[in-house]
Amino acid sequence: MAQKPLIELQDVSFQYEYTNVLRDISLSVREGDFLALLGPNGSGKSTLLKIILGLLKPTKGTVKLFGEPGSTFKHREWIGYVSQKSNSFNSGFPATVKEVVASGLTKKIGLFKRRLPDQQAKVIESLKAVGMEQFANRNIGELSGGQQQRVFIARALVAEPKLLILDEPTVGIDHENVQSFYDMLTDLNERHHMTMILVTHDVDTVSDTISHVACLNQTIHFHGFKDDYDSLSDDQLNAWYGHAVRKIHHDNKEKQK
Amino acid sequence: MIESILQYDFLQNAFLSGIIIGIIAPLLGVFIVVRRLSLIADALSHVTLAGIAGSLYLSQSVTAFATLNPIYLGIVSAVGGSVLIERLRRLYKHFEELAIPIIMSAGLGMSAIFISLAQGFSADLFSYLFGSVSAVSRQDLWIVLGIAILVFAFIFIFYKELFVLSFDEDYAKASGLPAKTIHLLFMVVTALVIAASMRIVGILLVSSLITLPVAASIRIAKGFKQTIFFAILFGELAVIIGLVTAFYLNLAPGGTIVVTSILILLLVIMIKKIVMAIRAKD
Ligand SMILES: Nc1ncnc2c1ncn2[C@@H]1O[C@H](COP(=O)(O)OP(=O)(O)OP(=O)(O)O)[C@@H](O)[C@H]1O
Ligand SMILES: [Mg+2]
Repeated sequence: MAQKPLIELQDVSFQYEYTNVLRDISLSVREGDFLALLGPNGSGKSTLLKIILGLLKPTKGTVKLFGEPGSTFKHREWIGYVSQKSNSFNSGFPATVKEVVASGLTKKIGLFKRRLPDQQAKVIESLKAVGMEQFANRNIGELSGGQQQRVFIARALVAEPKLLILDEPTVGIDHENVQSFYDMLTDLNERHHMTMILVTHDVDTVSDTISHVACLNQTIHFHGFKDDYDSLSDDQLNAWYGHAVRKIHHDNKEKQK
Repeated sequence: MIESILQYDFLQNAFLSGIIIGIIAPLLGVFIVVRRLSLIADALSHVTLAGIAGSLYLSQSVTAFATLNPIYLGIVSAVGGSVLIERLRRLYKHFEELAIPIIMSAGLGMSAIFISLAQGFSADLFSYLFGSVSAVSRQDLWIVLGIAILVFAFIFIFYKELFVLSFDEDYAKASGLPAKTIHLLFMVVTALVIAASMRIVGILLVSSLITLPVAASIRIAKGFKQTIFFAILFGELAVIIGLVTAFYLNLAPGGTIVVTSILILLLVIMIKKIVMAIRAKD
């Protein structure tokens, strides 16, 4: 396996005005990986994703995307992003679901061009993937929080990114749909080789889906294959971040079923 | 009315300028309102006033500037103001709205100084404050047309980027769009629209023509394109009805246009309520 790293972080540290949030983080994600990023509230997961996306600049260290320095990386359309509980968006905004999803193509279409020839089909297809096609012509503000979240996932999928970054994407989505959502991610990962980084607190549900795990609490305490993560002791995990994150308990999962 | 328009140049100037402004002010207004920048439009209009008052004073006191059209200095100060607002907004990251009162009071303060320095341009000044049917020159019309072409080009070229930027700024930045550049261009274009509109609606009422038609449109439109369509429709209606009434009743068109916009807004809100009530019954 000689896949090239899509993301390479080297000694990345970050602080918001006075608080240190991330310390000496080195992490690489290779093509085809499905990485779950775990850590308690406030451990810096969202901050780390924002650094990868170029929304925040590291106070120290370097970021490489697809082998290029993050600051000169041009192909942002290769990276799809679903932010944590999208409150950055403007909730009364008068736009239809279709218009919102189509806006995910903006970078791919490029400056000075208006639309793709098969844009309509692409938009509908990604709405179907999240089961929202019947809402295509509704205004985004008229949807429930969970429905909006699904639309934002469709917006990230529509440009067919090579790397998908998801910050707790299933918050607000009901149980039944969470499972089918992860099935869809698995399919994208396995058949379309889409690389995934997923922030979640719901380790049990994704354990069959992911290939790698990274444990973050200011710094990376563990990064490796899922199986190696499984064999870590509870004491080890508690030492890193208290009782906030549970190990994947396969036997628990069996009992629940 | 039609005969008078054909007969008098000044009416042609006023009506053609009005029709153009009725399109560009609400068109840009949709983006301004959804980005919650309405107050910035207001601040910019006060800065424009400083430019106009300064220019009127110059043309009074310096013979070389005697025939200078005040709209030029108005445009310069509006664009300067828009760049300054951006600077301030970045400086006061967590108090972005502080930029508005700072710029607004700077604009009003300078205006007050120029107005008191120069005695006796009150008639001119009145027409800049509240608009005028008779004071629009052919040159004003050409300037308005030029600005309109710039606005159309800007929105045509950057429509999808403006959409993303307005809907979800973080997402726009994460997608690698040149958010800063487009935003700065947007502010400059906003300043131009304000300078263009003030001849007809007046500086004090410019922001109403930018926001009121959009406020009505948002109540009933489905989707963004429809929001733009209805905003322009309402804006155009207000301008034409307002100008005709202003002409016949010899009133300041800024007043009649804004009052018409408010009536349209109330009507739309009422009709929507009635339709909702009827739907709820079945
Ligand atoms: N804009 C900000 N300014 C200052 N501090 C911030 C800001 N955003 C986050 N922080 C701080 O940075 C730390 C990490 O926040 P971050 O959002 O990355 O955590 P997280 O791991 O994503 O948590 P959660 O599980 O709650 O989403 C927190 O201590 C938080 O208080
Ligand atoms: Mg987070």
